[in-house]
Amino acid sequence: MSVTSIGTSVKRREDKRFLTGKGNYTDDMNRPNQTHAYILRSPHAYAKIAALDVSAAKAAPGVVAIFTGDDMKVGSIPCGWQVHSKDGSPMKEPPHPPLAQGFVRHVGDQVAVIIAETYSEAKDAAELIEIDYHPLPAIADAKKALEPGAPPVWPDVAPDNLCFDWHIGDKAATDAAFEKAKWVAKLDLINNRLIPNAMEPRAAIGDYDVSNDLHTLYTTSQNPHVIRLLMGAFVLGIPESRLRVVAPDVGGGFGSKIFHYAEEAIVTWAAKQIERPVKWTAERSESFMTDAHGRDHHSHAELAMDDQGRFLGLRVATIANMGAYLSTFAPAVPTYLSGTLLAGVYTTPAIYGEVKAVFTHTVPVDAYRGAGRPETTFLLERLVDVAAEVSGIDRVELRRRNFIPPDAYPYQTPVALQYDSGDHAGCLDRALEKSDWAGFPARKAESAARGKLRGIGLSTYLEACGIAPSAVVGSLGARAALYEVGSVRVHPTGSVTVFTGTHSHGQGHETTFAQVVSDQLGIPIESIEIVHGDTDKVPFGMGTYGSRSLAVGGSAIVKAVDKIVAKGKRIAAHLLEAAEADIVFADGKFTVAGTDRSKAFGEIALAAYVPHNYPIETEEPGLEETAFYDPKNFTFPGGSHICEVEIDPDTGVTQVVRFTAVDDVGRVINPMIVEGQVQGGIVQGIGQALLENCVYSEDAQLLTGSFMDYCMPRADDVPFITVDHHTTLCTHNPLGVKGCGEVGAIGCPPAVINAVVDALKPYGVSHIDMPATPEKVWQAIQAARPAAAAE
Amino acid sequence: MYAFDYTRPTSVADAVATLASDSDATVLAGGMTLIPTLKQRLAQPSQLVDLGALPGLAGIRREGDTLIIGAMTRHADVARSEIVAAALPALAALADGIGDAQVRHRGTIGGSIVNHDPAADYPSAVLGLGATVVTDRRQIAADDFFTGLFATALEEGEIVTEVRFPLPKRAAYVKFPNPASRYAVVGVFVAETGSGVRVAVTGAGPGVFRAGNFEAALTASFTPKAVEGLVWSADDLNSDMHASAGYRAHLIGVLAKRAVATIA
Ligand SMILES: Cc1cc2nc3c(=O)[nH]c(=O)nc-3n(C[C@H](O)[C@H](O)[C@H](O)COP(=O)(O)OP(=O)(O)OC[C@H]3O[C@@H](n4cnc5c(N)ncnc54)[C@H](O)[C@@H]3O)c2cc1C
Repeated sequence: MSVTSIGTSVKRREDKRFLTGKGNYTDDMNRPNQTHAYILRSPHAYAKIAALDVSAAKAAPGVVAIFTGDDMKVGSIPCGWQVHSKDGSPMKEPPHPPLAQGFVRHVGDQVAVIIAETYSEAKDAAELIEIDYHPLPAIADAKKALEPGAPPVWPDVAPDNLCFDWHIGDKAATDAAFEKAKWVAKLDLINNRLIPNAMEPRAAIGDYDVSNDLHTLYTTSQNPHVIRLLMGAFVLGIPESRLRVVAPDVGGGFGSKIFHYAEEAIVTWAAKQIERPVKWTAERSESFMTDAHGRDHHSHAELAMDDQGRFLGLRVATIANMGAYLSTFAPAVPTYLSGTLLAGVYTTPAIYGEVKAVFTHTVPVDAYRGAGRPETTFLLERLVDVAAEVSGIDRVELRRRNFIPPDAYPYQTPVALQYDSGDHAGCLDRALEKSDWAGFPARKAESAARGKLRGIGLSTYLEACGIAPSAVVGSLGARAALYEVGSVRVHPTGSVTVFTGTHSHGQGHETTFAQVVSDQLGIPIESIEIVHGDTDKVPFGMGTYGSRSLAVGGSAIVKAVDKIVAKGKRIAAHLLEAAEADIVFADGKFTVAGTDRSKAFGEIALAAYVPHNYPIETEEPGLEETAFYDPKNFTFPGGSHICEVEIDPDTGVTQVVRFTAVDDVGRVINPMIVEGQVQGGIVQGIGQALLENCVYSEDAQLLTGSFMDYCMPRADDVPFITVDHHTTLCTHNPLGVKGCGEVGAIGCPPAVINAVVDALKPYGVSHIDMPATPEKVWQAIQAARPAAAAE
Repeated sequence: MYAFDYTRPTSVADAVATLASDSDATVLAGGMTLIPTLKQRLAQPSQLVDLGALPGLAGIRREGDTLIIGAMTRHADVARSEIVAAALPALAALADGIGDAQVRHRGTIGGSIVNHDPAADYPSAVLGLGATVVTDRRQIAADDFFTGLFATALEEGEIVTEVRFPLPKRAAYVKFPNPASRYAVVGVFVAETGSGVRVAVTGAGPGVFRAGNFEAALTASFTPKAVEGLVWSADDLNSDMHASAGYRAHLIGVLAKRAVATIA
């Protein structure tokens, strides 16, 4: 009897503790004799700290210690990815001190840490710190930051604010393609800046064991081993053996909890100075001004077509905002995570992309759900709609003509990647059917009868997940490897603990991974425990981001289980007095092929731990294996998203009324979890397309610093979302999985904006930037009918 | 939050006396505005005088052609009151559209009008219906009550005890919510009252105001058509990242017309 649950919607095992309030988040933890830290932050976007006096604050009630940049002279927070400019020069890499060294460079930059018996006392004392700031001119807009005379963020390191000027593809071939073009579609667009807003704010506790010189950091991280490496090796100089990093339950990350943040180093360092635990939890307003933001690209794109509408060449120039410091993965986002996907699902033979990365006096910008792929997808899928306009070819037909055909796989793109599998026409057909594309005119007429403008839009996308072959990313500038680690410990009675280097902060790994192991070992899910998030328990790992957990982390677990099965066969062969080659393992039993003689998995486990009758000459006792899995390629999920909107022409209010997603995420282990991931991503995509926008003033004050002004999508902003699949398997990992965590946020925004533009077609609108707020939409309508507006 | 004392008086007289004796004391009603202000350290009262235990301050009753709502009545209670639904459904709908469920179960009508946030909903009903604000010492006509941005005619230490709404022939409120905060970007309250047509606008300007040209047009003819194409000048309206003054001016016209359409 098989126990496999693969492909079934097993209920999430972790939800019992989450839904009953029994989760264990960093802020839930308290260490004996703990102190509380408040971080004093800059109110200025750019200023010189001329004087800083903490003496009165130090004498305030309850204060244990106050540290400034003068006290905390440690290493710089490192950037994990080095990009080189066109001319071969490395990117400009300014220092990133945990506490300001004489200058502050964005609103929210850390100036001092006040440690007291209570958080209130720390905050009270902070008001007694006297700081003489000399404010300097500041800039938030990346495009303007490149103009001559713009205020420099780093006068010594990058006086022109340019971090790097990178390119990919073949410029000459692309220019030549444009020479032959019958039509050229052109588009300027902005990918709006977003604030991640995980439900759980960041938090960190530093704990120092004096007698053993051991540091522990509890932190809200998606990748505790990466934090241990970055902070231990580069910032604080603590060897791995003396530094434990624990990321317990984490309430959402969306990328923002990948990065190594100053506060982690501050509490770890301070705990040693005062020999007491130090706890810090962000207030929501601190999250707005210190969590790394996402997106913020300005692009110009051009697509050349022949007389049949076949894409000949694509040219893209992007300006990407890096913020004031280089966050952990920031340089990779607009380059290797964006530019390498410019082919999309199309056979465009010649592509050239350029990216100027720019410093501004804003919070660092880094990976946020989709990281580079939403930016490229939005650009491409908007541009293809413009191309349909320009050529007069129907937008569905135009896409079909240019799809990479299934028989062209593996497909080498002109921008480095080699796609392994996909069926874009298959996804599109299914999406057209599921969304009743053909029935749209009737729905449009019905909306019109109610005075509403209805539009329909689609996107056909492909993205890269499962980052990634270590040698490949190494050659592209990654300063770390990107394999994953799985360790499987079989206990004497046959129950199993699995240690994974990935981290679950909402994705349901404790369920999905257990389903995979249960299937492989033929034992019930209840016998399997998944452990993550503690560098003292898990051998190593690179963490969770880029939808890599199952494709890379799951593959490592599969490899480790393979080793368990192999050893089990050798033990079984001994016990059953058969040749190893004759032992087959299926449904939790080791059987001599062609006989009914068998040993259950649990019996083999017991024999391994009580080796009385055991091949002791050749086998060590025990049953525990570890595998490091280095992926052979990225994985390439894709799909078709179709959105319908209804616009109120009098107010410009846009409502998403239908949404259909047909994705190819490879094999689906747990359909319910995949549906949840896809829906969540689509809701974030709708948020980006219609609601969310991080706004800085000209002089770099954060204007959207709370939920009063920064609009998160809510239930009533979102329709019922139809989620479906059209699957091709990944060809190079053992599970055939691709990744589903980001597809929603990637495929959705262009489908929404294409629908908005479609609805506004009668007004001659050809593009609208995100978010398509009511006023923006209304203004677009007014621009088309100035007479009506003046009435 | 700075430290403060907390008192919970059981009579209006005690509350007023406490406020009179301590000019740094502040009234606490639902706390939906006050508590966040304290948490952000934007205010430092010596003590909070919680009105929650005052007898008779919360409640809804009808006396003839007047609907009376106690200052401590929560938005949710107004929204689901059978008395309000029967006498003044526009007010029930307004209350039901304030913020979110949590806010509606804490926030009070007294707190809302005293705070006079330029984007709050209630002030438009108070002004649009020509209500009377009753305090511990006097009665203030709506036209005199709202004096400017976050400002009212209340004296230091004066407590609002109830609001008296004369029942109109018909009334409607239409709101264009800020997608983020759900406060009003613009809200228009239209009423045909015993003393004529009143149109009160919230969200658009530095405080709630009456739109005279709309009132005149509707007095002539209480139909959506009467306000079509009518323009309110953008000159004194708010402009922020959510809506320009011009857009707000436009919305006043759209919402007024829609409000009239629901009751014409
Ligand atoms: C997230 C959020 C969303 C909101 N959305 C909306 C919305 O959409 N529309 C809307 O209209 N409002 C909205 N509000 C405001 C809310 O509805 C409350 O009305 C408002 O916060 C004040 O009421 P309160 O009872 O909480 O007063 P408090 O916060 O307790 O007090 C506010 C002020 O009024 C004073 N005060 C209170 N009662 C009296 C009294 N009886 N006499 C004298 N002084 C008094 C207090 O001293 C204080 O200065 C929102 C609030 C929040 C937090």
